[in-house]
Amino acid sequence: MVARVQVPQEAKRGEAIEIRIAIQHPMETGFRFDLMGRAIPKNVINSLVARYNGAEVFRAELGSGVAANPSLQFYTVAEASGTIEFSWVDDAGVSGTERAAITVI
Amino acid sequence: MTTPAGFARHPSYVKEGNSKARFELSNRSYAHLRLSAVALLFAVACAAHAAEAQKPSPLKSGLDFAGADVRALQADDFANPGMLWVARGEKLWREPAGKAAKSCAGCHGEAPAGMKGVAARYPRVDPGAARLVNLEGRINLCRERHQGAAPLQYESDELLGLTALVAHQSRGAPVAAALDPQNRASFERGRDFYHLRQGQMNLSCAHCHDRNSGGKLAAETVSQGHGNAYPIYRLEWQAAGSLHRRFRSCLFGIRAESLAPGSPEFVDLELYLAWRASGLPIETPGVRR
Amino acid sequence: MVTRPRRRFISVLAGLAAVPFLRGRDARAAADPLAPLVEKLTGGAPVREGRVSLDMPRLADNGHSVPLHLKVESPMTAADHVRSITLLSERNPRPLMATFHLGPKAGRSELITRVRLNGSQRVRAIAHLSDGSYWSGSAEVEVTESACLDAG
Repeated sequence: MVARVQVPQEAKRGEAIEIRIAIQHPMETGFRFDLMGRAIPKNVINSLVARYNGAEVFRAELGSGVAANPSLQFYTVAEASGTIEFSWVDDAGVSGTERAAITVI
Repeated sequence: MTTPAGFARHPSYVKEGNSKARFELSNRSYAHLRLSAVALLFAVACAAHAAEAQKPSPLKSGLDFAGADVRALQADDFANPGMLWVARGEKLWREPAGKAAKSCAGCHGEAPAGMKGVAARYPRVDPGAARLVNLEGRINLCRERHQGAAPLQYESDELLGLTALVAHQSRGAPVAAALDPQNRASFERGRDFYHLRQGQMNLSCAHCHDRNSGGKLAAETVSQGHGNAYPIYRLEWQAAGSLHRRFRSCLFGIRAESLAPGSPEFVDLELYLAWRASGLPIETPGVRR
Repeated sequence: MVTRPRRRFISVLAGLAAVPFLRGRDARAAADPLAPLVEKLTGGAPVREGRVSLDMPRLADNGHSVPLHLKVESPMTAADHVRSITLLSERNPRPLMATFHLGPKAGRSELITRVRLNGSQRVRAIAHLSDGSYWSGSAEVEVTESACLDAG
């Protein structure tokens, strides 16, 4: 899965920083049919977690009501320099991860 | 009551046996009618000929006809979903492919920025293939010739990714496909296709995109029909797609027989569109509804 | 011939016929299609309108992808913060759209994403705060489909 994340490279301790993530995924609703009339099975990214130096700071449970190629923007408090890691999994069990480094001054 | 010329002077009502009234014209009236008809036809023919190969003025990108949300989404390089395909293209740029196990970077350099300005010149005649090729076609020719790799399929994430990546390097550059004796025949075929009435609705591209751009097609605003933002991310498709996919959508919309993506007719049409959009900046990856 | 008893009978019938319409108007105003789901979510706890702002376009370009900007008034401290926000749709085949879990580490209870809307409707966001209270906000969105019959 192609994914892009945007995390400020540097932040001040205690500052709420903007986190953005975009993932290429069809978020298949399960209500569509292919050209042969067969139902396309539901397959959405159902869970997305962001961990900051190992601690969970954000979690999203997503459904087919979220648009395809989902993008999310949320916030977290800059605590210490390190890594923000994103991991997600879809209904088919396919998972993805992405990480970004952050320096906190 | 006004009557057209030829009817004015000699209408005559002829009553038949069962009081049916027949409206008859004299010979002179018919002559006047014929002359008027010929004059009208001539005027229409002249007008039609003058309408051919006409560039819209002023040139407006599809973005000008889009709503605020679509414009904002295209302007935001992170939120723009088309950039996911550019990102995929970046990965593929560095991946070795084919029997030669060569990557694009191997010949063209690590930074795809070396491709700046390239997309603006397409479609163009490829000397080796001796035919007009668009950007997708050129990428596939490269794969076959230099990587020993099979061509990528239209609308595949891979081909969309590489095409979006290369076209993205020309973002901001004006569309500048040059016309020359080599591609003249293609240009004329493209022009003729653009003006050809097709399908159950018997419409040509010109009917919507030349004569009615800015008008409404139910909830849609009709654009001028340029290809300067392609490949685009279309909200309707929930994915990125090529200009040929958009051509097929349009043909479906007018209930015309479609052509396969990659068809030479579509590539010829791309050249006509590129001529028509000359000067418009490339926007890839565009966002449209 | 319409006699007085018949007239009375007809007017009683007419009166009875009107009752469903009168009750229907009230019923429509009171019936919230999301009420059972909200009840299940909050465990019966009351939901107050306010503190949650759901910013969505009044007219969406395309129902497949509609922007959504969510904000909850909260200091986001350890003592007082947003635990979670749930997005609900009145007309989607699956009314539960998403749940976002925040917490004091979030710093700001603000979120931007894009959703799918099955036609014009009201979208609701229910925020669960650290003190156990529930707050909600909503947005009305008109959704038009693309005019071109596009299968491609």
